Amino acid sequence: MSGGLYSMDQKDFDQTLDLTSVKPYGDTMNDGKTQVSFTLPVPCGDEAIEAAKQLMKKMGFENPQIVYYKELTKGFTFFNCYGSTVHTVDFTTIHVPKVESTVMDMNETDDFIREHIGRKIVVLGASTGTDAHTVGIDAIMNMKGYAGHYGIERYEMFEALNLGSQVPNEEFIAKAIEMKADVLLVSQTVTQKDVHIKNLTELVEMLEAEGLRDKVILACGGPRITHELAQELGYDAGFGMNSYADDVASYIAQELDRRLNK
Amino acid sequence: MEKSKLGLDFQKVKHAKKLASTIAEDVQNFVNKYTTVTVERTLCRLIGIDGVDANDIPLPNVVVNEIQEKGLLHQGILYFLGNAVIETGKTPQSIAEEIAIGNLDITQLKINDLDKIKQAIAPYIDNSIQHIKQNVARRNEYLKTLGEGSKPYVYVIVATGNIYEDVIQAQAAARQGADVIAVIRTTGQSLLDYVPFGATTEGFGGTFATQENFRIMRKALDEVGEEVGRYIRLCNYCSGLCMPEIAAMGALERLDVMLNDALYGILFRDINPQRTIIDQYFSRIINGFAGVIINTGEDNYLTTADAFEEAHTVLASDLINEQLALLAGMPEELMGLGHAFEMDPQLENGFLYELAQAQMTREIFPKATLKYMPPTKFKTGNIFRGEIQDALFNEIAIWTGQGIQLLGMITEAIHTPFMSDRYLAIENAKYIFGNMKNIGDEVEFKEGGIIRKRAEKVLNDTVVLLEDIVEEGLFNALEKGLFANIKRSKNGGKGLAGVVAKDENYFNPFISKMKER
Repeated sequence: MSGGLYSMDQKDFDQTLDLTSVKPYGDTMNDGKTQVSFTLPVPCGDEAIEAAKQLMKKMGFENPQIVYYKELTKGFTFFNCYGSTVHTVDFTTIHVPKVESTVMDMNETDDFIREHIGRKIVVLGASTGTDAHTVGIDAIMNMKGYAGHYGIERYEMFEALNLGSQVPNEEFIAKAIEMKADVLLVSQTVTQKDVHIKNLTELVEMLEAEGLRDKVILACGGPRITHELAQELGYDAGFGMNSYADDVASYIAQELDRRLNK
Repeated sequence: MEKSKLGLDFQKVKHAKKLASTIAEDVQNFVNKYTTVTVERTLCRLIGIDGVDANDIPLPNVVVNEIQEKGLLHQGILYFLGNAVIETGKTPQSIAEEIAIGNLDITQLKINDLDKIKQAIAPYIDNSIQHIKQNVARRNEYLKTLGEGSKPYVYVIVATGNIYEDVIQAQAAARQGADVIAVIRTTGQSLLDYVPFGATTEGFGGTFATQENFRIMRKALDEVGEEVGRYIRLCNYCSGLCMPEIAAMGALERLDVMLNDALYGILFRDINPQRTIIDQYFSRIINGFAGVIINTGEDNYLTTADAFEEAHTVLASDLINEQLALLAGMPEELMGLGHAFEMDPQLENGFLYELAQAQMTREIFPKATLKYMPPTKFKTGNIFRGEIQDALFNEIAIWTGQGIQLLGMITEAIHTPFMSDRYLAIENAKYIFGNMKNIGDEVEFKEGGIIRKRAEKVLNDTVVLLEDIVEEGLFNALEKGLFANIKRSKNGGKGLAGVVAKDENYFNPFISKMKER
């Protein structure tokens, strides 16, 4: 009985938490345990398993275990693997740019706008370019919202219009001018071949050409959007996965206050 | 009719179908008066016009644009082509090529007697009718010799954006147990008012639907079908601005399943309602004739509207779609009416409501090859919960005898499926379909219980909604946002300029030939 999975032999490492060298936690501090799955374009067999092990080692895993494998179709083998990573990160030096605002609920945000802005904020949203997905912009804007977070349409102090999907940037800007929008929200769901980057960049360039860029709060959102990416592209803010209307609405209210009441 | 496990009131179902039929007939009276640019291009394709000009414009577009620019499309493309066949002695394809290089103006030829024109074009029409009949025979032969997977058919998508990579993924999926392979189109194709030509290796979230791509994938699926001893069905999308053209291409290349739903195009692609309803009619005639199962897109309503609150809009739309399909001569077995498992996982007893609705849909459309759509809206990136969501969805499908099961992917909302995602999805479905095979035969639902009450409520709400639509008409109902909470006006959206009222000389013999079968 070598007792692989239950062996205590491997646990002679330092088990104290050190934030300057953090590694994954399986069931013991610093065990580095990680689950990985991938497919290799090779036929199933002992050589395939060995290839998966070697790859795991190159990825920085000690004691790689191939716990499951299966040939998906001729010449392609799928693996589930576990290993202990040798790598660490220094958590103490990490800095992530974030949207700087306090998240308020719907009533608090409405009150904030009444008090600081004194009028309704005009918000125009769309899923632009060829993107046919409305799920993101709907989650933020529609009355019902998403997962218990009411959308911006339900707020008393927002006048919100959701143009839906596949809105060309030209049309989006024309509507923004017509509505005198304070805020433009752009959703991008399809990200294959970085089509979202091209589209988002085009919008910024067109807004700049129209002399509108500084007159609006410009924010984008989507599963692959981060605030950092958004800022790089010339947006004021970016909202990624697990962002809700509350996050966006609070940000808009506070940012507009910052701009109007300098 | 089989006894309802839900205690459904079939008198009420009958009433609902009557209402839907009134709505559909009202729409059909409108449709009969019009043609569109894509309907005319479809006729070009069906009589053998294919290829592109020097600027890569498809020849069907070249020919139809020419007639439309002269303001003569109301007479119909077959009128001019039939006449040109007599006057030039050339085939429609040669005539199209001549038009493309500017050598021929078919509106300036001597006009022959209408009967003579019809006679001249008839051989080309019969030729394509025969070709499609042979495809149907070929499919039936395959189904007889190879057989097919048991229902629910396992339906998976391939979406690499490159047709040759799609072939690899599709064959892999068939070997793993898929029965239907859908080749996802590039985002945006539905808004093109032409069908691109040739094999394509590019696109976002899929590659173009082209006749050559259809041919490539058909061949690959026939090969793998013979290898695994099961006919593998090929699915694509005839929706958007080229509905009937893609239906014709599919009929010519033996596709088996087509997404085909005007309401979907109106609501989610902002295609002009008049345009796409007219287009849909001819596309469904072609699909029905070619033995192609259509899939309707009601599941999408629930991605914008709430799945629990708006369930009756799905059923109402299914009922209308059924009647519209009947008017286009489709047999019920080819109707893949859509519905979905999209309730919020946090909803208490959500599984019971989903079960009630799926069973209800089964009983209301007993012969239809219902298309059941997986959870997508509440897939969060937690792939481990996603696997369970898909499992619950699969349980309901086998329990209620669904026709086509579009498998959920654990990586929904993350990326287009990896080969391994598809394997895990098929494994999940096969496990449940086998392990729970006859559960539906064993279980009835308690009188006065949650499940029966849910089905009753959805049916009641549906009848109320249909009564409203009967009063308003479908176009006005769309303007009011009765489906998916989205409002679409009769004259808004894309493609209205392609609608033309038919002249008295107008003729399209495919309609009667294909509806007769």
